[in-house]
Amino acid sequence: MNKMGLEEYKGVYVFAQQVDNELSGIAFELLGKAKELAADLSTDVTAVLIGSGVKGLTDQLAEYGADKVIVVDDPELKDYRTEPYAHALSSVINEYKPEIVLVGATAIGRDLGPRVSARVATGLTADCTVLEIGDFPINPIPNQEQKHNQLLMTRPAFGGNTIATIACPDNRPQMATVRPGVMQKIEPVAGAKAEVIEYNPGFTPDNKYVEILEIVKEVSDVVDIMDAKILVSGGRGMGSKENFKMLQDLADVIGGTVSCSRAVVDNGWMPKEMQVGQTGKTVRPNVYFAIGISGAIQHTAGMEESDIIVAINKDDTAPIFDVADYGIVGDLNKIVPKLTEALKTVVK
Amino acid sequence: MKIVVCVKQVPDTKGGVKFNPDGTLDRGAMLTIMNPDDKAGLEAALRLKDEYGAEVTVLTMGLPKAEDVLREAMAMGADKGILVTDRVLGGADTWATSTTLAGAIRNIDYDLIITGRQAIDGDTAQVGPQISEHLDIPVISYANSIKIEGDSVVVQRQYDDGYHMVKAQMPCLVTALSELNDPRYMTPGGIFDAFEKEITVWGRADLKDVDDSNLGLAGSPTKIAKASDKVRKGAGEKVALEADEAVTYIMDKLKEKHVI
Repeated sequence: MNKMGLEEYKGVYVFAQQVDNELSGIAFELLGKAKELAADLSTDVTAVLIGSGVKGLTDQLAEYGADKVIVVDDPELKDYRTEPYAHALSSVINEYKPEIVLVGATAIGRDLGPRVSARVATGLTADCTVLEIGDFPINPIPNQEQKHNQLLMTRPAFGGNTIATIACPDNRPQMATVRPGVMQKIEPVAGAKAEVIEYNPGFTPDNKYVEILEIVKEVSDVVDIMDAKILVSGGRGMGSKENFKMLQDLADVIGGTVSCSRAVVDNGWMPKEMQVGQTGKTVRPNVYFAIGISGAIQHTAGMEESDIIVAINKDDTAPIFDVADYGIVGDLNKIVPKLTEALKTVVK
Repeated sequence: MKIVVCVKQVPDTKGGVKFNPDGTLDRGAMLTIMNPDDKAGLEAALRLKDEYGAEVTVLTMGLPKAEDVLREAMAMGADKGILVTDRVLGGADTWATSTTLAGAIRNIDYDLIITGRQAIDGDTAQVGPQISEHLDIPVISYANSIKIEGDSVVVQRQYDDGYHMVKAQMPCLVTALSELNDPRYMTPGGIFDAFEKEITVWGRADLKDVDDSNLGLAGSPTKIAKASDKVRKGAGEKVALEADEAVTYIMDKLKEKHVI
């Protein structure tokens, strides 16, 4: 790789993902993290807003922590397509030279991020769960320069069995995709304003501009489990689809949402969008009830950051008890309905 | 039509993860498999071959033993196998891996490249889109179906809340989801034929238009600062209780934590 003039690169940038001119939750999460990183680096936070007719979204980005917003607004950017979006973001990087670029590890970001990183010839670390500023190498090594103020990017690998911390010491920007649901957004500051910069690198369609023939939304009226404060999650131990009614009753009483493990989806008891874990969603509610969930590492990887974990399982060797704050070895079929009744007397 | 399918040999993390007594991952005890998303990509290529007629070349980068996944792919019906292996390519991150594979593909005549969305060891989903950038061709990620229309592919591109039907002119790269299909089994005849067939082995010198500074560990912009087996959150309390006591216990804890 070519060594660049690294000191030219300044500021923490966030790709502010929007779909149908509505900002995605990940945009606010990234801004929250970017604010922390920018404070450590004594620099500011810039949101890169790409789309068509999206200028109205800049205030919202300011309220969630953006000091500046670079808007690339063009009819070619109406719906997400790899090429015009990659052209927009990489042109912004080449023009403004950020030191850090964060992109959500979403179905859009995981396509855009690699294409852009290859175009601007830098490294990209996928699906990060921890980002911090530190030294690389972490501990001094004789005859090797220890670089300061590096972005240290931590991510799970091997299906959540190992974690690695990655740096990108010789190339800029340092780029990461960040797993949704992990970083915390800030409390929005009403009335906050950002400096808005409009930038258009020009879009000339070529063979890389694919054609969208049809857009199909699979509408679901269910709550996104990533937004839930309380999750009542069931596993294989629930025994049947019908038994999830019991969890729904509990969730209704306590103002929670029902979620599940992978085995439940594989059995067709619950839809995929309710799945927590490595191949599902990462959640961090205030309370996570793990009911009849054995707690394989692929599952716990997606929920162990929950504030309080309550596990009910009849098998006292179930690994879920290794991450639970309160583990009850017992019969869920008896405990859950009684718990629901007990909560009814207290709540409301 | 000519199709190149990129496959990776990976440790089987889904089936049985093995730990050493000290809690570290015992990689030696884990079986290797063809990466599931790649296998779905291969199956998609073989179905296009069945339907439209195509020559399917499987390409992998890895240690010499990665030849096993090429043999498996040929036993399923792929026509050719190419193994890119060289000491100088070791320790590559996704940038260096994608420059290597792009350097290999430049030697091959192709209309369509299919890669898996992501490998189960790294889970990055980056190599496919990065290859497409190096080759300056369109990419469609997260394919849930692939059809051919004239000189274009039509792909169902999956999103979290639905999908787009996307049409791209070939040559083009598509990344496949494992939900795309159920891969076929190897046939006895296929296995026999696969071991008769020659596998092409390429080294550094065979890569086209690739600079040394973009290869292997030295050419990887991302560096590992530290790696460790996952430190799991410590266990809290565990109690074995009858239903009534269990309910009282949970209610007390929820009150203590101001949940209720």
